[in-house]
Amino acid sequence: MNRHLLSINDLSRADIDSVLATARKDFLELSQRDIKKVPTLRGRTIIDLFYEKSTRTSTSFELAGKRLSADVINVKSGYSAAGKGESLKDTVLTLNAYRPDIIVIRHPHVGAAAFISRFTRAHVISAGDGKGEHPTQCLLDIFSLTQAYGSLDGLKVAIVGDILHSRVARSNLLGFQKMGMEVTLIAPPALLPRGVEALGADVSHSLADLANVDVIYLLRLQKERHQGANFMPSLREYIDRYCVGRRHVRPGQRVLHPGPINRGVEIESGLADSEENMILEQVEAGLAVRMALLYRIIVDNAVPAATSELKDEKSQAANERFTFHV
Amino acid sequence: MRVLLDTHVSGVLRTVVSADQLGRTVVRIAHEILEKEQPGDEPAVVGIHTRGAFLAHRLADLLGQFSGREIPVGELDISLYRDDVAARGSLTIRPKLPQPELRGTNLPFSIDEKTIVLVDDVLFTGRTIRAAIDALFDYGRPARIQLAVLVDRGHRELPIRPDYVGKNLPTSQDERINVRLAEVDGVDEIVLEGAEE
Repeated sequence: MNRHLLSINDLSRADIDSVLATARKDFLELSQRDIKKVPTLRGRTIIDLFYEKSTRTSTSFELAGKRLSADVINVKSGYSAAGKGESLKDTVLTLNAYRPDIIVIRHPHVGAAAFISRFTRAHVISAGDGKGEHPTQCLLDIFSLTQAYGSLDGLKVAIVGDILHSRVARSNLLGFQKMGMEVTLIAPPALLPRGVEALGADVSHSLADLANVDVIYLLRLQKERHQGANFMPSLREYIDRYCVGRRHVRPGQRVLHPGPINRGVEIESGLADSEENMILEQVEAGLAVRMALLYRIIVDNAVPAATSELKDEKSQAANERFTFHV
Repeated sequence: MRVLLDTHVSGVLRTVVSADQLGRTVVRIAHEILEKEQPGDEPAVVGIHTRGAFLAHRLADLLGQFSGREIPVGELDISLYRDDVAARGSLTIRPKLPQPELRGTNLPFSIDEKTIVLVDDVLFTGRTIRAAIDALFDYGRPARIQLAVLVDRGHRELPIRPDYVGKNLPTSQDERINVRLAEVDGVDEIVLEGAEE
């Protein structure tokens, strides 16, 4: 596995299989025990740096670190020195002085995770960068689907909704294709990125095409990112044409949503409460997958003690990289 | 890395325990466990993945036959409890090709107040056993933990002593003991891989 997880493309198919296998083998079972903690990352430090609102991703990363016995520190933008005008670079340089092993970052700007990886020796994991990517959401979605369907090869999925503003759509399109799935994007034209056809997905503007897929993946309408532009004539019209309810779902189809859901906008309340959706399974999967990821990123990048020469080279390289960019 | 190291010990192979002997050894260990049992004990067998788990199932079957009781049996995966997570890198799972479903810990009974016979194939430094004991305590509070191993090859690095030993095989550090079991390897035998002369 790479040193950092900034994009789902940082993971090979083998890396993904390895993380999922670890999640399945070790961490699903752990959540069912009375003592939900293992000593694996004892003494490691993980800093969760959140510059955007988040419930499930931040709680999931925090709990994942704690259940592995790491020391977890949460820094949330509203309560941090960012409010005093400190730049992201300076915040990260400051936190790096604590020698963290992993920094998890959620930030409203695309590329923020890649940017901070230049200022720290810690492994950087993106927990979502603006409209960029959300690789751990993609991993947990792949995990949830694997639990429900077994192999994903040839499985057809429709990603529906505000694709333009969705980092989840971006990561999942790449990740689903990597797992051999066929992806259809369903959205109004104004909520699709320009040139999206080049990414190898089918594009549709109608929920009627849900009939042809095995899995329905719903996205929230990100009204907070719509400021200053009209992406649709009215909310009413969007709901009429793109709100998915139970009547759109045929038996055997499963419905996923990364959350938070907006009932009555992209998902009807009846569907949100029905057995067909896997929303809470996704949350449970998220914890197991993030534990597996924290574990594997440390273990796979560990330098075997027997090869101290290699270790010197590697740490020297890390030093050079570090000084070069600062 | 492991592969590189292995080339140093690709020397002489010597079968030190045959299939017949291995079978008789496991039977003897089962008898010893019952012999040591105290009134009121509730024995259960827990094997350490991978080969310890298969041995545990064999022992539990034998104990069941000899004592006429159902003996609970489970499997323990200790990879999350190792003391060398960072030092050695990943020696645990790293599937490159589709593999059979990996099996984690499976303890389908409460270990509280039970006499747990922990089972492994080879006892070497004792670090695996330390990790296994730590793991067990996260599942409950056993009345007692005993240790059964098929081979004790010496070189302990921790104060750990087995209660039941199949065979003592004094070895040098650069030799390897390979326990092969029919369930995974197609054959029951113990092979000593010696260093090159």
